[in-house]
Amino acid sequence: MAIDKIWVLAETTDGAPTPVTLELLTEAREVGSTVEAVAWGADAAALAGPLGEYGATTVYDVGDVGDVLPGVPVAAAVAALVQGGNAPDAILFPATYEGRDIAGRLSVKLDKPVLTNVTGLTESDGGLASQHPAFGGNLIVTAKFTGEGPGLFVIRAKSFAAEPSGGAAAAVAAAPVPDVASTNTAKVTERHVEERSGPKLDEAAVVVSGGRGLGDAANYALIEELAKLLHGAAGASRAIVDAGWVPYSHQVGQTGKTVKPTVYMACGISGATQHLVGMKGSKNIIAINKDKEAPIFSVADLGIVGDVHKVLPALIEALKAKG
Amino acid sequence: MNVVVCVKQIPDPAAPGALKPDTHTLDRSGKLIMDDSDNYGVEMALQLAGGEGDEVTLVSMAPGGETSGLRTGLAMGAAKAILISDDALAGSDALGTAKVLAAAIARANPDLVVMATESTDGYTGTLPVQVAELMGLPSVTFAKAIAVDGSSVKVERQTEAGYDEVVVPLPALVTVTAGVVEPRYPSFKGIMAAKSKPVDNLTVADLGIDASQVGAAGAGQEITDVSPAEERAGGEIVVDEGDGAQRVVAFLEQLKVV
Ligand SMILES: Cc1cc2nc3c(=O)[nH]c(=O)nc-3n(C[C@H](O)[C@H](O)[C@H](O)COP(=O)(O)OP(=O)(O)OC[C@H]3O[C@@H](n4cnc5c(N)ncnc54)[C@H](O)[C@@H]3O)c2cc1C
Ligand SMILES: Nc1ncnc2c1ncn2[C@@H]1O[C@H](COP(=O)(O)O)[C@@H](O)[C@H]1O
Repeated sequence: MAIDKIWVLAETTDGAPTPVTLELLTEAREVGSTVEAVAWGADAAALAGPLGEYGATTVYDVGDVGDVLPGVPVAAAVAALVQGGNAPDAILFPATYEGRDIAGRLSVKLDKPVLTNVTGLTESDGGLASQHPAFGGNLIVTAKFTGEGPGLFVIRAKSFAAEPSGGAAAAVAAAPVPDVASTNTAKVTERHVEERSGPKLDEAAVVVSGGRGLGDAANYALIEELAKLLHGAAGASRAIVDAGWVPYSHQVGQTGKTVKPTVYMACGISGATQHLVGMKGSKNIIAINKDKEAPIFSVADLGIVGDVHKVLPALIEALKAKG
Repeated sequence: MNVVVCVKQIPDPAAPGALKPDTHTLDRSGKLIMDDSDNYGVEMALQLAGGEGDEVTLVSMAPGGETSGLRTGLAMGAAKAILISDDALAGSDALGTAKVLAAAIARANPDLVVMATESTDGYTGTLPVQVAELMGLPSVTFAKAIAVDGSSVKVERQTEAGYDEVVVPLPALVTVTAGVVEPRYPSFKGIMAAKSKPVDNLTVADLGIDASQVGAAGAGQEITDVSPAEERAGGEIVVDEGDGAQRVVAFLEQLKVV
């Protein structure tokens, strides 16, 4: 059995497909012969152009789900499509909040398992096998489904490079939400958007991240200033996000963002496996840590064994002096 | 209010992990501890259900009748625990585990189910939602704050851009992040009391689940290969003698970043 049809769950920000959506469409073209997308939102139909450009020939339009969290209604709409005799061989989900919620709900509706934390897809015996980093990315585990499709894969951002196919606008087909009243009750009452200036964390060429080694929240200003001087973005370890020093949107790692900048600078970050998995793919890594045994040094191209309270202010001065 | 908290018992992450060479599944032999990720759920539940008539029940699926991790949660203050332990469960995938947990949780008839967003050793991040779907419950994932307000819960849910305020009527399932609350340390009194708190031991048959649905028999996925990842070439590690900043500047110049 060849891999014929693949669906990609398409997500948007500000009305455009997210970068990971385009990455998944590109990879779907690599491993399958027909690529289709599932989208939701008031103007999902307007995505026919941009999704078509990356190879989707049909967009299944779930429509506006209102103020509820999309996990329940979108999973129900996709399950109805699959059960309506339209089943693809695989469905690719981005490893985002909504992507995971939808994949989990759908898995139960279809009684199919989900493979999560996928960073690669390969063909194997006419089916799809997936690659997963284990132990902080030191090992790569390959897994596959043993039963009938569709195979559900939840894929980490930045696993593939997005390339347009130059395809025409996709056809739009309605994918109505069946009755899910009893579980469809989690309503968003207010959205809080944290202000950020400068380039986006997952798109910046330079990322400067701070961890618990900064000592206290006020010292995060050093990270922000350095990031600004380098025209980069400021990131963080989970430890300081959980401590409330910086918003979650700054988090790099397993549960946060995956970044692959030209330069990643880890300041006062130990280099736990869950942090490494989000930044190990960076082209160049600089680490500043006072403990020469810190695991972060095992991935550093340049490691400075030193105190962030001394090195960072000196670095900021030196860069300012260069102008 | 009845709150159920799922507690995963895992090998100590501080000890180097290993995959079993034959099945490539995580080696779970040896003593297990409560996953740190679940500390936050236990604490949150104890704070939400601290009133008269409120009760916190722990639910765990673990091999070999393991209760060490559950005792930690009981020592923190949970009233009782349900443990599902059965040889038939070895090799379960996330969906199989979710089926077992859902059936066990239902026995406690909870108003609220609390789980961690993801475990330290499995980190699928989809298992809690599978449990919610199996139980027919609404769910809110990635909670960084939870408050109960009469017959509903109000959750601050992390998002890409910041956070959303989400309201969901009870009964519901919520997954928490490590930022949701500061967990307590069990007191000596708590540790002593935990020794005599009830742990209900269940098998797959007790839950009325067909053994072919769970464990290796029911797992719809298999690991076909494990290989070392491409290693990063070793870098230069220097001790700062007052020249650390200059070394960084020189490195950035060489990369033409400055
Ligand atoms: C399921 C799960 C998911 C997770 N997801 C993530 C994730 O997405 N991202 C993430 O980052 N973590 C994640 N973690 C947490 C991770 O395991 C670590 O706890 C976290 O990364 C540690 O953050 P840290 O390096 O800032 O703190 P620590 O580990 O406390 O390290 C602080 C470092 O600073 C150094 N230091 C101290 N003082 C100084 C000084 N003056 N100058 C220089 N160096 C100094 C110390 O030597 C130490 O190495 C996850 C954990 C779990 C269980
Ligand atoms: N065997 C288990 N017993 C109890 N709770 C579990 C078990 N496996 C997973 N969980 C819960 O589900 C969460 C997510 O698990 P995971 O899918 O492994 O990331 C965990 O953090 C626990 O709260």
